[in-house]
Amino acid sequence: MARWGMVIDLDRCNGCQACEIACRAENNIPVCGPQAARENRTISWMQVVSEVHGEWPELRTRFIPRPCMHCDRPPCTPVCPVQATTKDSEGIIAQIYPRCIGCRYCANACPYTVKSFNWRKPVYPDSTLPMLNPDVSTRPVGVIEKCTFCHHRLQTARDEARFEGRPLREGDYRPACAEICPTGAIFFGDLDNPKHKVAKLVEDPRVFRLLGELGTEPKVYYLAEEH
Amino acid sequence: MSEASEAKGLSQDQVVLLGPLTRTTRTYWIWVTILTAITLWGAMAYFMQIRYGLGVTGLNTPSYWGIYIIDFVFFIGISHAGTLISAILRISKAEWRRAITRSAEFITVLVIAFGAVQPVLDLGRPDRVLYVIVHGQAWSPLLWDVCSIGLYFTASSIYLYVPMIPDLAVIRDMGIRPRWLYWFLAIGYHDTPSARKTLERIIAVLAVMVIPIAVSVHTVIAWIFALTLRPMWHSTIFGPYFVVGAIYSGIAALIIAMAILRRVYRLENYFKDVHFNNMGLLLLVMSLMWTYFTFAEYLTAWYGGEEAEMATFWSKVSGPFAVPFWLMVISCFLVPFVLMARSATRGVWGTSIASVFVVIGMWLERFNIVVPTSVHPRIEMHWASYLPSWVELSIMAATFSGFILVYMVATKFFPIISLWEIQEGREDSVREVSERVAGYLPDEVEVTSS
Repeated sequence: MARWGMVIDLDRCNGCQACEIACRAENNIPVCGPQAARENRTISWMQVVSEVHGEWPELRTRFIPRPCMHCDRPPCTPVCPVQATTKDSEGIIAQIYPRCIGCRYCANACPYTVKSFNWRKPVYPDSTLPMLNPDVSTRPVGVIEKCTFCHHRLQTARDEARFEGRPLREGDYRPACAEICPTGAIFFGDLDNPKHKVAKLVEDPRVFRLLGELGTEPKVYYLAEEH
Repeated sequence: MSEASEAKGLSQDQVVLLGPLTRTTRTYWIWVTILTAITLWGAMAYFMQIRYGLGVTGLNTPSYWGIYIIDFVFFIGISHAGTLISAILRISKAEWRRAITRSAEFITVLVIAFGAVQPVLDLGRPDRVLYVIVHGQAWSPLLWDVCSIGLYFTASSIYLYVPMIPDLAVIRDMGIRPRWLYWFLAIGYHDTPSARKTLERIIAVLAVMVIPIAVSVHTVIAWIFALTLRPMWHSTIFGPYFVVGAIYSGIAALIIAMAILRRVYRLENYFKDVHFNNMGLLLLVMSLMWTYFTFAEYLTAWYGGEEAEMATFWSKVSGPFAVPFWLMVISCFLVPFVLMARSATRGVWGTSIASVFVVIGMWLERFNIVVPTSVHPRIEMHWASYLPSWVELSIMAATFSGFILVYMVATKFFPIISLWEIQEGREDSVREVSERVAGYLPDEVEVTSS
């Protein structure tokens, strides 16, 4: 059984935010508009967080792309009263939109603040309707949503492999953010498969995880900058 | 006692305590109108929220929880006024309880409903609320909450109802309207010595049972917060801390209710100065316990000095939440302590003023727990803030007015002081208590000189 994970090389990330845009297009994330932005109610599954270090003129900005960490010991799933967020057999934390009652307990339990709530009914301007991804359901008002590692792509990749009568190869299944990253900073694969690049990268001495001390065992790893 | 009532064979207690069931003043109707208007306004606000989603509130990312959850914790806390205090006083045979148990138990039963509905108001999908039962996930503290609050509501309703049966039988026999209601509720009870004995045995068992249930309710509510990894929520003392706060605010609410009932129904003879003095002493004890817990909680966070904890800590002590924080300290510790420590200010006015401060202070305490942690997630978001919208404030006002309204209506249908318990006090307790006290003392033995 695979254990899907991601490695993000911060040395390669230049903060271009292409991953955010690709994610938005891939997952039918509504553009909430300026009012929602003022009210801190925008929705993003992938966010490039910037940290500024040092004092002027010796400034350094660090960009940290932050998707859902897909923790091996997720704090969000046990608190859900209706099992609307669960860890599946391959380690992906799923959200079940028709089940969610919108209590936002999982959002509060998540130490990474990666869950977004649909405060208002999502609107899609007419011009964007033809561009919606038919593989991803849109979400109704009043439910939580978050990064799913594009698990609809896993289904497609599996179907294709089965159709061609071959096993799933590395690179068949990659989330939109990993695919789009122009500097190749985002690696994706099976952490338990020693042939996959991510399995080797997590042995790198530069590796760290966000809030690793909490014991949530995130499956998103980062490679710290070398200089 | 007037001659007319004497002619009808009514006792003094019956005249005073059953009076509100038959007479209604104009002031009462004015208050009913005002409170109904506020409640309807809140219902309208909720209708807006149903129609447009939680976007009409002031909630946002990462302030996922706000007024509704604060009110949930607050109102369930108030509910500890009744059942718990009444049960403890019954078990400890505190004789001064007789006049106050009924009014306390009514607060519990009526306020639980208003508290329990708050998380439902807070849901993004209230249409799916029954999923909690159909698809319940047993590891979720929210599910534990549903169970413990459900149990508490059931137990306190029974605990309110059973000790009321003899009074309902009296009302039925007097023929007060609506007759069918009292006929139904009195379930054919006749006040014989054996019936009374069975009743008292049931009450004794219930009183013991409701105490652990009451403690469990606010412990589980505390666990909703404490079982997350959030700074200043993830604390082992949260269970008992919440229970202490709940009892504290409950006592304060009960004192306020007693003071109002005493005035509007002319119950000076029943809610005497000694009752307020004793309740004031309970308030004093609870204020010290609350302060002790609060101090322990904040000292632990500060001394450890963990970065994430300190962000929340300083936001309360000297940051944007300093005003609600220090107001809380003033109204939960300073004012009640100073007023209740002196016997001169433990009268009706003194305890009432202290109680108003405590109720406000305990609401602020719930605010200071929910909001500052919410806006300080472990990965800081510098723009995070929370300001409740008019919808949330309207629903909060409606919750307060709705509770006061149903409490007022309840006093018109049920005697707010237990008739038979007062009567029993007059007839038996004086003798029983002196016998009990005599039993504490050394027996007299003949002294022989050797």
